[in-house]
Amino acid sequence: MSPVIPLLLVLGLATVGWLVARARARIFRRARPGGRLDSRPQYHAWFVALCAGLPAGLFALAWSAFSPGLVVMRVLQAPAAAALPAEGILRDAILAEAGALATRHATGAFHPLARTLVPAFEQAIAHYAQVGLAVTLLLGFATGTWAFLRLRPDFRARTQVERMIMAALLLASLAAILTTFGIFASLLAETWRFFRFVPPGDFLFGNHWSPDPMADVGPVATDSYGALPLFWGTFAIGVVIAMLVAIPLGLMSAIHLTQYASPALRRWVKPMLEMLAGVPTVVYGYFAALTVAPAVRRLGEALGLANPSSESALAAGLVMGIMIIPFVSSMADDAIAAVPAEMRDGSLALGATRFETIHRVLIPAALPGIVAGIMLAISRAIGETMIVVMAAGATARLTANPFESMTTVTFQIVAMLTGEGSFDHPATLSAFALGMVLFLVTLALNFVALRVVLRFRQAYD
Amino acid sequence: MTTYHELDPVEAKIAARDVSVFYGDQQALDRVSIDIGTEYVTAFIGPSGCGKSTLLRTFNRMNDTIANARVEGEVRLDGVDIYRSDLDVVQLRARVGMVFQKPNPFPKSIYENVAYGPRIHGLAVNRTELDAIVERSLRRAGLWDEVKDRLSDSGTALSGGQQQRLCIARAIAVDPEVILMDEPCSALDPIATARIEELIGELKGRYAIVIVTHSMQQAARVSQRTAFFHLGRMVEYGKTSDIFTNPREERTKDYITGRYG
Ligand SMILES: Nc1ncnc2c1ncn2[C@@H]1O[C@H](COP(=O)(O)OP(=O)(O)OP(=O)(O)O)[C@@H](O)[C@H]1O
Ligand SMILES: [Mg+2]
Repeated sequence: MSPVIPLLLVLGLATVGWLVARARARIFRRARPGGRLDSRPQYHAWFVALCAGLPAGLFALAWSAFSPGLVVMRVLQAPAAAALPAEGILRDAILAEAGALATRHATGAFHPLARTLVPAFEQAIAHYAQVGLAVTLLLGFATGTWAFLRLRPDFRARTQVERMIMAALLLASLAAILTTFGIFASLLAETWRFFRFVPPGDFLFGNHWSPDPMADVGPVATDSYGALPLFWGTFAIGVVIAMLVAIPLGLMSAIHLTQYASPALRRWVKPMLEMLAGVPTVVYGYFAALTVAPAVRRLGEALGLANPSSESALAAGLVMGIMIIPFVSSMADDAIAAVPAEMRDGSLALGATRFETIHRVLIPAALPGIVAGIMLAISRAIGETMIVVMAAGATARLTANPFESMTTVTFQIVAMLTGEGSFDHPATLSAFALGMVLFLVTLALNFVALRVVLRFRQAYD
Repeated sequence: MTTYHELDPVEAKIAARDVSVFYGDQQALDRVSIDIGTEYVTAFIGPSGCGKSTLLRTFNRMNDTIANARVEGEVRLDGVDIYRSDLDVVQLRARVGMVFQKPNPFPKSIYENVAYGPRIHGLAVNRTELDAIVERSLRRAGLWDEVKDRLSDSGTALSGGQQQRLCIARAIAVDPEVILMDEPCSALDPIATARIEELIGELKGRYAIVIVTHSMQQAARVSQRTAFFHLGRMVEYGKTSDIFTNPREERTKDYITGRYG
C-alpha cells in the first residue's frame, strides 16, 4: 500500500505545527522584557514539527510494510477464499494475482479464481488504507499537540531538537548494520530451504556438481550438489593463482614506493596504482577473456598440452591477481609507512644496507598489517564474479591443472540464479547456500584482518 | 670564528674540517672544525636548531638518509676521509655507532636486538660466539643482570631506560670505535638518566663518545670536552671545566647561565 498520501498529509501537519509554534514563540518573545527566549522561535517551530511529523511518518512507513499481510489475512476470511487450494505455490500465486488485479498492477489473470477474490481484496485494501490514514493523522495530531502544549517562554527547544537530530543520526548509522543483518537473515532462510533438499554434508563435502534446474522438484539427486569443486575452483583462482601474482607484485611495489621512490615519483605512482582498484571488474573480465585467455591457451599449446581449453583458471587467476595488486600494495604501504622512522634509522646506523633494513626490520615490523591486507585482498578475490564469469569457464572440476577451466562459487551463483529453474527449485536455492558460504568466509577473513590491524595500530601508538 | 681553548694535544679519532651542511638551500652548519679523541667524552651543547644533531650525523653519514641534505668540508676517521666516493658506508657505520634520542629497539627479542648488528656484519661464526657477543654487550651496557633470564622477551617490552641501554648494547655489539649519542636521556626519568650517565663513564676510554645534550648538568657530569653551538656555528670548544667556569664568548656565558632567550 503506497505510503505517499499519508506521508504528504503528515508533512502538511508538520508544516502547520511549524508555523503555529513559531507564531506562538514570537508571542512569548514579545511578552518578555528583554525580548529573548532560551531558544530562538525557529527551534520551538522545529520541535513541534518534528514531534508531529516523525512518529506519524514512521508509522505510515511501517503501516505500508505491514498492511499487505493484514489485507491477505482479511481476504482469506472472505467466503470466496474458501475455494482456494489449501497449501503451496498455487495458492500463493492466485493470491498474488488477485492482489495485482485489485491494485491495477495487472489487467488479466491466469487463474479464474483470482478474479473472484478481487472484490475481497479491494475491500480489504480500502479498509486498511482508511485505518492507516486515520491512525497516522491521529498520531501526528496527538504528538504535535502534546509538543505544542509543552512550549513555554523558558522551554529549551534547542536542546530537544538537538537530541532528536542525534537520534536520527544514530538511526542512520544503524541502517547499514541492520541491512547486513537483513541480508544475513534472508540468506539464512533460503539456505535453510535448500538444506531441506540437500543435506549440508553432501553439499559441503560432495565432489560432484551438476545441478539440473529442469529436473523435477520431488526427490533430488543430492549427489549432484557437491560444492567441493566450486570451493576448489574459488581457492585455486582467487587464493593460489591470484595471490601468486598479487602478493609479490603488491609487496614489491609497496617497498619501492615507501623506501626507494622519490617523493615526486610516489606522488604519481601511488594514485595510479590505486586507480587500478577503480577499474570496473567487467573491464578486467574483457581483458581476461580477450587477451589473457588466448595467450594462456597458446602457452598451454607451447608446453605441449593436448587441446588446452580457451577458458582457464590461469587466465582468470592472473587477471584477478592484477586487479588485487592495489589492495595488497596500499595496505602494505600503509603498514610499512607506519613503522617509525627511528626503527629504520636504528638499523641503518648499525651498518645494515637498505635491503637488509627492509627485510629484517621493516617487513617483520609491518607484517601484521601486510597479512591483514592480504586477507582483505583474498576476501575480495573470492567474491569477485565478473572475471571468472568471463574467463574461468563453467565446468566444475577438481583438477590441479591451471590450464583447464574451473568454476567458482560466484560463477555458479550467477548461473543458478539466472537459469530457467523456478525459484523454489533446489538448483536455484543452491545459489543461496553458496552465497552463505561465501558470506561467512569473507566475514571471517575481514573480521580477523581488522583485529590484526587494530592490534598492530596499538603496538605503535 | 670559533674560540678554541688550549688543549693537550691528543690523537684525533675524528677530525672534522670546515664542515658545512645544507638542507636544500638552507644552511644548517657553517664551517665547523673539531677533533674528537678516544680518551674523553665530548659534549655538544647549544640551543635547539643550532646544528648539534646535524654535525653528529655527519660523523656516520646518517645525513645520507635525508634526501636533500648536502655536506661540504672534510670528516676524517683515523685520517681517512669518510666522504670519499669509494668509502663503504656499511663499514663506516659499523665503526661509528649511534644511539638515538628516542629508544628505538626493533620489535624483536632482546637477544635478537643485540645480535642484529653482529649477524649482518658476520661477526660470529657460530651460535656460541654470538651468545658471547650478546652477553658481553649487555654486560657492558649494564643490562645483563636485568634481562639475562628473559632474553627471548620482546625488546619493546622493556622500560624506557632499559630500552635505551638495550640500544647502547646493540651499538656496542658491533664493536665500534666511536659512539654517537643524540640526547640519549631526553626521554628518560632521572633514575634511568643517572644509570645511563654512569654507563657513559664506564664506557669512556674504550670508545670515543660524543653526546648531544640539552642539560648543562649532564654535560658537566659526563664530559671532559664541550663544544657550544649557536646558529650553525661552533662558538667555543674546550675542556668542559673551562667552558663552564671560564667561557670566553658572551653567547656561551649567556647560554650556560641560562640567560639565553
Ligand atoms: N631533515 C631536515 N630537513 C630540513 N632541515 C633540517 C632537517 N633536519 C634539521 N634541519 C634544520 O637544520 C637545523 C639544525 O638542525 P639540528 O637538528 O641539527 O639541530 P639541533 O641542534 O640538533 O636541535 P635540537 O636541539 O632541537 O635537536 C635546524 O634549523 C633544522 O630546522
Ligand atoms: Mg637534535
